[in-house]
Amino acid sequence: MADIETFYDVMRRQGITRRSFMKYCSLTAAALGLGPSFVPKIAHAMETKPRTPVIWVHGLECTCCSESFIRSAHPLAKDVVLSMISLDYDDTLMAAAGHAAEAALEDTIQKYKGNYILAVEGNPPLNEDGMFCITGGKPFVEKLKYAAKDAKAIISWGACASYGCVQAAKPNPTQATPVHKVITDKPIIKVPGCPPIAEVMTGVITYMLTFDRLPELDRQGRPAMFYGQRIHDKCYRRPHFDAGQFVEAWDDENARKGYCLYKMGCKGPTTYNACSTVRWNEGTSFPIQSGHGCIGCSEDGFWDQGTFYDRVTDLTQFGVEANADKVGFAAAGVVGAGVAAHAAISALKAAQNKAQSRNEEV
Amino acid sequence: MAEDTIHIANPGIEPLQSSRLTGDATEADIESIRRRTSVYVYEAPVRIWHWTNALAIVVLIATGFMIGSPPPSMQIGEATHQFLFGYIRFVHFAAGMIMTVGFFGRIYWAFVGNHHAKQLFYVPVWKKAWWREMFHELKWYAFIEKTPKKYVGHNPLAQIAMFFFMTIGITFMIVTGWALYAEGAGQGSFADTVAGWVLGLVGNSMVLHTLHHIGMWFIVIFMIIHIYAAIREDIMSRQSMVSTMISGHRTFKDDKID
Repeated sequence: MADIETFYDVMRRQGITRRSFMKYCSLTAAALGLGPSFVPKIAHAMETKPRTPVIWVHGLECTCCSESFIRSAHPLAKDVVLSMISLDYDDTLMAAAGHAAEAALEDTIQKYKGNYILAVEGNPPLNEDGMFCITGGKPFVEKLKYAAKDAKAIISWGACASYGCVQAAKPNPTQATPVHKVITDKPIIKVPGCPPIAEVMTGVITYMLTFDRLPELDRQGRPAMFYGQRIHDKCYRRPHFDAGQFVEAWDDENARKGYCLYKMGCKGPTTYNACSTVRWNEGTSFPIQSGHGCIGCSEDGFWDQGTFYDRVTDLTQFGVEANADKVGFAAAGVVGAGVAAHAAISALKAAQNKAQSRNEEV
Repeated sequence: MAEDTIHIANPGIEPLQSSRLTGDATEADIESIRRRTSVYVYEAPVRIWHWTNALAIVVLIATGFMIGSPPPSMQIGEATHQFLFGYIRFVHFAAGMIMTVGFFGRIYWAFVGNHHAKQLFYVPVWKKAWWREMFHELKWYAFIEKTPKKYVGHNPLAQIAMFFFMTIGITFMIVTGWALYAEGAGQGSFADTVAGWVLGLVGNSMVLHTLHHIGMWFIVIFMIIHIYAAIREDIMSRQSMVSTMISGHRTFKDDKID
């Protein structure tokens, strides 16, 4: 690899003291759930390893992932972008534009063949040969495949890249497709959420740079350290759930008391994310803390799970407003009515037979 | 027994002298006892499983429905001292565990039990006679056929219902139920090791919840049909039904040749 500065070099050059650097290492270790013994390891990695080049591409998306990323508090996105990673290409963050930007992409791919990390924000639409998303005069899907070919690993940022998000919601006219269904021959780490939590994003990158490998993933390919538990499992309102104390209507007394939002359709029990522990905006709050249920934005196909405000959600297969209970109750009603009718006919027939046999005797 | 039913036992044979009815038996009662035949069909483990399973299902439906649509909030004490919804969920999980263990016990009994213990686990679609009898049974239920056939175990129609609603249905509920339980038990737990893959397969936990919920209605529909058919057959068919699942003996009401 060409001579790239180490993380430590850059940090020192930026005026960060050794003391601050060590603080940062221990903070990162804590954020990743590692013991104090890992602090020197992180520091050593930072001092000796060259910065890893990252190419960050944007498909069909809203840039909320980037917005979230640059608000990271620990470690500061500034640190991640400027010191830890060498963000060689990012259409929205880089100064260059037009041909110069595309040249930078080509340059990075050639220079670090097989060594760079490809971060994908958004997803490629496959319908009409990918014409629904054009960057640099080409369909995004072509750029994605080209950049992925020589990547070491791929990070799928957000619900778009991981699962498809709103543009892949039914009926998905552009055939927006998550990254792992387009690129099948590279290790892919999914960091879902709309957007993902900033600290989760920087935490994942820090881990990959420090240990030079993907963090432990769960069955769906998400980093287990942040997506290993449901929001519900660590929710501060959980005692009210177990007690059976629920908000029954928006702005009722129970809502003011901060009871569980389960009945209001909170998707915390079905959503794997770190919101209830890491929280948002430098740990200030998260949706449930603000009195609104979780909408399950880090789950596969969360737009297609019916309304955000019902616990037993709609089954769109059976019309706009039919849920499992309505369908089940209707089916049970039909069967029950059938059984009752059958019983009535059975009784009638039996009576008829009785009368008939009596007549025969006479 | 009145002579206006199809259940006249051997009109040509004298009433059994060795087992004459006494007490409040009328002349007609004594007349009706000519010869009784019964077959021991459901062994004790099968019957115990049936009633345990039935109880578990009732408990699971009641608590499961409440988990989907919780009862109104109650202010018994502070959240610390109140565990109402927790207990509802606990009962659901406990009943689910009992159902799982029972189902495995039932599968075991299919191997070591009698011939009839196996009937729950297959549908003999390869047998021509089975198809013929199934259509006969369908006609009996459509009031076209006047006399049903006699069966020691399940009739073909019942066997289909048992297989799809119980064997497949319960397996589905156990697998999805354990997958949901694994979510709370956490990654690396026993539940996660055996059933965690289901969530990976389904993708979204909300979908898994909905599938489990639809499964409940599937079982409710089975209950309606099952209880109706058992009572109707008990009255109108040529063999005992409800008492068979209590005593294990299938008694027949007539000796007529089909």
